[in-house]
Amino acid sequence: MSKRIEADDVSAWFGAFKAVEGVSLTIEPKQVTALIGPSGCGKSTFIRTLNRMHEVTPGARMEGSVTLDDEDIYGPGVDATTVRRTIGMVFQRPNPFPTMSIRDNVAAGLRLNGVRKRATLDEVVERSLRGAGLWDEVKDRLGKAGAGLSGGQQQRLCIARAIAVEPEVLLMDEPCSALDPVSTLIIEDLISELKDRYTVVIVTHNMQQAARVSDVTAFFNLAGAGEPGRLVEVGDTPTIFTKPQDERTEAYITGRFG
Amino acid sequence: MAPDAPTARASSSLAARRGGRGDAVFSGLAKGAGVLVLVIIVAIAVFLAGRALPAWRVEGWKFFTIKAWYPDAHPPLFGIAALAFGTLLSSVLALVMAVPVALGTALFVTEIAARPLGRLVGYLVDLLAAVPSVVYGLWGVIYLVPRLVPAERFLNRHVGFVPLFRSQTQTFGRSVFAASIVLAIMILPIIAAISREVFRQVPKDNREAALALGATRWEAIRLAVLPYSRSGVVGAVMLGLGRALGETIAVALVLSSSFEISLRIFEPGGNTIAANIANRFGEAGALGTQALIASGLVLFTITLIVNITARFVVTRTGIAGLARP
Repeated sequence: MSKRIEADDVSAWFGAFKAVEGVSLTIEPKQVTALIGPSGCGKSTFIRTLNRMHEVTPGARMEGSVTLDDEDIYGPGVDATTVRRTIGMVFQRPNPFPTMSIRDNVAAGLRLNGVRKRATLDEVVERSLRGAGLWDEVKDRLGKAGAGLSGGQQQRLCIARAIAVEPEVLLMDEPCSALDPVSTLIIEDLISELKDRYTVVIVTHNMQQAARVSDVTAFFNLAGAGEPGRLVEVGDTPTIFTKPQDERTEAYITGRFG
Repeated sequence: MAPDAPTARASSSLAARRGGRGDAVFSGLAKGAGVLVLVIIVAIAVFLAGRALPAWRVEGWKFFTIKAWYPDAHPPLFGIAALAFGTLLSSVLALVMAVPVALGTALFVTEIAARPLGRLVGYLVDLLAAVPSVVYGLWGVIYLVPRLVPAERFLNRHVGFVPLFRSQTQTFGRSVFAASIVLAIMILPIIAAISREVFRQVPKDNREAALALGATRWEAIRLAVLPYSRSGVVGAVMLGLGRALGETIAVALVLSSSFEISLRIFEPGGNTIAANIANRFGEAGALGTQALIASGLVLFTITLIVNITARFVVTRTGIAGLARP
């Protein structure tokens, strides 16, 4: 239930502004790959090209290719909605559907796929909430609004919603940046569990977080304001944090900028 | 750092702040404006009730059941049954026609169209609101009514078993249907404009949540946009209804007034409270004027009830109501 993503020479634009240039990166299954780098380095933009969320923004476009186990997700005849069902995403700010109950939030993706059977939905809701480490906290109030949970719980609810449709890959765009340290820790533990079943890609501006949760780290950087972000270096997380090849990586991880 | 800065801060930190007077003025103005609205509404109600009283003494409760308007005859005979019915019927029909189009336009502008096209369409819809209602009335009676007759006749012939489409006289034209179409066009811009703003308020995060789950554009609208906007859209619809209920001159021009309670919307005839006031005010005698004011009081009450209901619906179905843990 996890697949390899290969991005080849990916560039991305917002209108005339080039945000990402020439990124080639292989993301291995059942591992956590962290994308780190200073603000504006294109890591969030890049991760959104991996499930075709980038093109949702008006005026946005991309070049290059992204394959999921050798299948081109931008290929002719490939439907963006199918891609997004296969490659789930968790966002920076927890975004449960505010008008829906906890149960309906988790079941939303399944309902989109046409699942109507109550028993099936209940089963998946429980399994997903357990998978997101939230079940024990909410099992008695599944009918209550998801928006009534704390920020950390909401983010886990969003993770439950994403894994309910059993994606191949889970993309997380700074999933802890809006959370307190305790919630962050819970989510980080969760990420370590999720990699047993999914390919996980996490964008983070928090280097300690990348060091804690990831197996592979990719460092993005930009030459200056207004310049596109590029991939500088990618490698095993311990190597990147102890013996980086590129001096810019070293400067960043030792806290000299960013 | 100015050397005297700490002293200045110390002397002003406990004393009344300089903004104090501005606050007082602002609070006074705001309070005054709020009270003024209340005073105006009460003044209107008192005026209407006072002037309507003599007419009420003549007919009493029968005022609500009589379907005729001869206040200056001997003996006088008048009541608002047919008028109130016509007002509600034409307004509801107008809503049925306008709401789907208005919501469709608003969704098109905010969710579907490319930005320049969306802006243009939004602008054009707003322009509809700038057309004076008398122009709508003239357009309705001169242009629309003759062109509507064949359609009405066609529907009457083929689906005439539907009570709405019957015509006892086999005549068509200046009907409640025609008036409702004109009303629908008139309330379209307000519903579309408010819904558009409401849809714009939906956080991007909500839409992206739906899209990231693999929702199509329509599914994202259904999952994220419509539920979030429901209370605002209800408010928009109620404002449209309020306008339709009170619309006067366009309806007065289109309808050929009658005092019947009938669901046959293709037949010439029908009437509304507001149109009746416009038609009769000039020629009304003393009691006639009081009777018209009494009918105005009824319209005022209906609109008030609509607004209060809208408030109630909005607070009950709003985000605030649903998001409560």
